[in-house]
Amino acid sequence: MATTFMRSLAIQRRVIWALMMREVITRFGRENIGVLWLFGEPMLFTLGVAALWTAAGFSHGSNLPIVAFAITGYSSVLMWRNTVGRCTGAVQGNMNLLYHRNVRVIDVFISRIVLEMAGATASFIVLLLLFWGIGWIQAPDDMLLVAAGWLMLAWFGAALAMVVGAATTYSEIIDRLWHPTAYLLFPLSGAAFMVDWLTPAMQRAVLLLPMVHGVELMREGYFGRIVRTHYDISYMASINLALTIIGLFLLRDASRRVGSK
Amino acid sequence: MIELQSVSKDYHTRRGPRRVLDKVTLRLERGQHLGILGRNGAGKSTLIRLLSGAELPSSGRIHRGMSVSWPLAFTGAFQPHLTGIDNLRFICRVYGVDWKPLLPFIEEFTELGLYLREPVVHYSSGMMMRLAFALSMAIEFDCFLIDEGLAVGDARFGRRCHVELFEKRNDRSFILVSHDPTIIRAYCEQACVLHEGRLLHFDQLEDAYAFYDSTMQPIPAVQFD
Repeated sequence: MATTFMRSLAIQRRVIWALMMREVITRFGRENIGVLWLFGEPMLFTLGVAALWTAAGFSHGSNLPIVAFAITGYSSVLMWRNTVGRCTGAVQGNMNLLYHRNVRVIDVFISRIVLEMAGATASFIVLLLLFWGIGWIQAPDDMLLVAAGWLMLAWFGAALAMVVGAATTYSEIIDRLWHPTAYLLFPLSGAAFMVDWLTPAMQRAVLLLPMVHGVELMREGYFGRIVRTHYDISYMASINLALTIIGLFLLRDASRRVGSK
Repeated sequence: MIELQSVSKDYHTRRGPRRVLDKVTLRLERGQHLGILGRNGAGKSTLIRLLSGAELPSSGRIHRGMSVSWPLAFTGAFQPHLTGIDNLRFICRVYGVDWKPLLPFIEEFTELGLYLREPVVHYSSGMMMRLAFALSMAIEFDCFLIDEGLAVGDARFGRRCHVELFEKRNDRSFILVSHDPTIIRAYCEQACVLHEGRLLHFDQLEDAYAFYDSTMQPIPAVQFD
């Protein structure tokens, strides 16, 4: 049946919405605060980390406000780590949904990615408003730069989620490898340090990781002149673009091979 | 019209690729009722998955000129922690249908009462089957895919399924896949046999049954190219 592009788009939007609703009820249920857990959970994590870092005096003698530092840092980790975590095994777990012809593998991915990002973003905004409201943190210096950094991290998270998630359909080893990788990447991701604090050699090494650039950009937007930042957005964009292309390619291949083993 | 042109499906096994369907060709017109007979392991489920679009063929082309249902009364896509109504709403969202007008039919047909608002995980298999069948009837399709298994359920349920599907929707097409010739004999005016990955067409129904019977012998008595 000839289906126009606009009609396909409408179907896809509908299916993604249906999958998101399904996921929300499945994961959070209707008891107590229900869907609010979507950002309640990452908020609790971020709060815990902020408290720990404050107690440990984690700003390495710099004059950075530690609470804002922790919130910007840990929220950035949620964007890539949790999003990827949601997408590993997403195909295997939802194979039966594919009997509904409108539901495609990529819809399952998009719905999970969007949901995870919505949760992380809401948690980020609510925490900032909360602490700004009680006067513990300052408002961002440049809102647009913060948003730009956030969007770059979101793009990175989405692309990485597609690559890793699709790769788990080839082999479960990928899933096993992802967990230690995510764990080891966390301290290197720029969440817990500013690149400027490192030695030049370490800076060069750490700046190979794309998410570091996003966090630095976001922190420049947040703190303004009190921090010196190091980032190259065109570098991060190139990596994101490459990951996106690889991810889409792997997903297409994964949906062709679905059920073939 | 649904058309399968030389559709093959290979699965990867440890010993290399295994061909489950081999150049299957099939044409189904609107309103036609087709039975496909096949022994266990003949490739029936694979054919259903390809027809419903859950999987794509390794080679060949599938053309769907009419809307095709998911396998009738299929319970696999239920999310156990969702209630019966949640599952209805999910299906309706996916197919772009308003769920509220459908509720009376679902309530009446499933006879689940309060359980419709309980998580599916608490259902018995009979309740699950009633819900699954009702959901299949809630969305209108030009062609229904019917896997065996529909025989589950008590006589009353069987009778009601019969009314909904074979009486009220007799103008639709369906493809009924089974290892049981009596079901096919009852509902289909045309039959094919799926044997060793090939779909064999017969002009006369009786020829299909006769061939199918012969494949049930310990050693197949009929050879084919």
